[in-house]
Amino acid sequence: MSILVNRDTRVICQGITGKVGEFHTRGCLDYGTRMVGGVTPGKGGEEIAGLPVFNTVAEARDATGANATMLFVPPAFAADAILEAVGAGIELVIAITEGIPVMDMARVMPVVRASRSRLIGPNCPGVITPGQCKIGIMPGYIHAPGHVGVMSRSGTLTYEAVWQLTQLGHGQSTCVGLGGDPLVGSSFVDILRLFEADPDTHAILMMGEIGGSAEEEAAEFVKHHVSKPVAAFIAGRTAPPGKRMGHAGAIVSGGKGTAEAKLAALKDAGIEVAESPADMGAALVRALGKRRA
Amino acid sequence: MKIHEFQAKELLRAAGVPVLASRVARTPDEAATAFAELGTPVCAVKAQIHAGGRGKGTVRGSDQRGVELAKTAADARRIATNLLGNTLVTVQTGPEGQVVRQVFVESGCGIDRELYAAVLVDRRVESPVLIASTAGGVDIEEVAAKTPELILSEAFDPDRGLGAWQARLLASKLGLPTASWRHAESFFRRLCRAFVDLDASLIEVNPLVLTKEGSLVALDAKMTFDDNSLFRHPTVAALRDESEEDPAETRAAAAGLSYVKLGGTIGCLVNGAGLAMSTMDLVKHHGGEPANFLDVGGGADVKAVTEAFRIILSDPHVKAILVNIFGGIMRCTTIATALVEASKTVGFTVPLVVRLEGTEVEEGKKILATSGAAIITADGLTDAAKKVVAAAKA
Repeated sequence: MSILVNRDTRVICQGITGKVGEFHTRGCLDYGTRMVGGVTPGKGGEEIAGLPVFNTVAEARDATGANATMLFVPPAFAADAILEAVGAGIELVIAITEGIPVMDMARVMPVVRASRSRLIGPNCPGVITPGQCKIGIMPGYIHAPGHVGVMSRSGTLTYEAVWQLTQLGHGQSTCVGLGGDPLVGSSFVDILRLFEADPDTHAILMMGEIGGSAEEEAAEFVKHHVSKPVAAFIAGRTAPPGKRMGHAGAIVSGGKGTAEAKLAALKDAGIEVAESPADMGAALVRALGKRRA
Repeated sequence: MKIHEFQAKELLRAAGVPVLASRVARTPDEAATAFAELGTPVCAVKAQIHAGGRGKGTVRGSDQRGVELAKTAADARRIATNLLGNTLVTVQTGPEGQVVRQVFVESGCGIDRELYAAVLVDRRVESPVLIASTAGGVDIEEVAAKTPELILSEAFDPDRGLGAWQARLLASKLGLPTASWRHAESFFRRLCRAFVDLDASLIEVNPLVLTKEGSLVALDAKMTFDDNSLFRHPTVAALRDESEEDPAETRAAAAGLSYVKLGGTIGCLVNGAGLAMSTMDLVKHHGGEPANFLDVGGGADVKAVTEAFRIILSDPHVKAILVNIFGGIMRCTTIATALVEASKTVGFTVPLVVRLEGTEVEEGKKILATSGAAIITADGLTDAAKKVVAAAKA
């Protein structure tokens, strides 16, 4: 078991004929992901990495039975591509694209929420169930199959955490990159719900960052609805207010979204907090050793 | 991206949002002429810088405030003389302040009541919202913290815009006289329309004034824009004032790097925003002070990394540099090659600590070891942080 993706997930890549889309399609194929095709409007009939290219997502879905898509479509066209995937009834839409205008996502969100599709991202590394299915840009070899669910708002910080876990002998059930933008398809709470229900996930490690209130909401949810051990790290304790730290979502403004408030909420929920980024894997091990009150 | 108040008001005026008659002045003479042309008994002379708190801020070395009322052309000239070319220090500029290059001369109006209005994207409701409050002219963040019931909020769909009924609901809750409701409808709906049409990330009108005549007018206006949308708004992008921005940050943006100057002694070069923030935290955790946030991104090449080093080294406070790379898309061999190249072309004047992990790490370490470059290698995060903090203090 795992969440979101497994060895049976059938994946297409939107934007497969672009340099980045093709590169990562090959990376996913090499990992063993069941890539079944790609979509680029106007390039239907071509072949990339041995996979058929279609003009529309609907055609790709009909021909391949795809139930997941990985998006590398350029920012100006990405919102439209997400809507196309949702319109075609693709169950899992993973948007890797960075730099989508916020207003475009504000238009996309109500459509996603009214549909049966789940959106992960945008501006995220993707989702991986180690040993089974990798959809995204993360380096596969740092992962190991196991029982820790990992979720995060940032890419390379997730790699760091996963690497620490793997070195400590703790494999992962599924790792989910939520994305660093202000509006993203899935929140910590959405993924916590899935991890809590997954019998193969025994503990959860989450990496949050300054800005917004997603971590506080996650803490509140853990307090009342999660029985499994949880550990967490918050990036940006030393970031000054009013300065955007790379991610559009990572900004402390008006005293909101501070690391202190997030850490207090996490601790209050009985979550084991990593004091430094070198301590993330160890914090999860500590959480496993304790029973949450 | 931030813009000046006078630019924001031009955009609002074009969008049909009521603002007062005004002129921009770049010399004291222009300020005096502007006063005469506007022909009202009182004008506000306002320093134009990319920071708030101007009304309470003062010019360094004098007690001149950033905003002052002028009753004569001579007043306007005096205030402009005190402001132009001088450094204004406010709570938002930090102690270094910002140089005033232009002033805004704006006619006065009869104020009945001061309110607050803002439009932004609320992550919780995943939609733009109009925020309004009867507590205008003051620090709205303090109001939000102490009396949240005074903050009103209406979410709206970007394409449908704010409903007339929502504007009336706010007008009612704000206690506006019914005779002013049609002004409120027009003001709020046009403000929301401007927010969507211009891809703003914030429009803040503080204070929003109910005039003695019963109409609404934006007495102050602050606008910021979503950088990711500027490609489709060339006229907005043209409003960028680079003289208001940190030159190093502008230079970094041009090279595709994300850089924020912080003031410590340890320069940081990292791939990924989350890891870059965490690296700053780690440096602090081990007793050091980060000099900057720098994310080289996933696709950085030798040229970008070299530029990143130049930018970090342009900060005279930097005593040591920590490179922390977790290779994913970015291969460790790429960064190692770039490091060696940069060490030749840039010439490091301070110790360099390098921690590599991820894709092609062994090959990357080999490149560093055989290069002969003066690089301190580290194994793991903690080791790297300890070494760079020690190097900065040595």
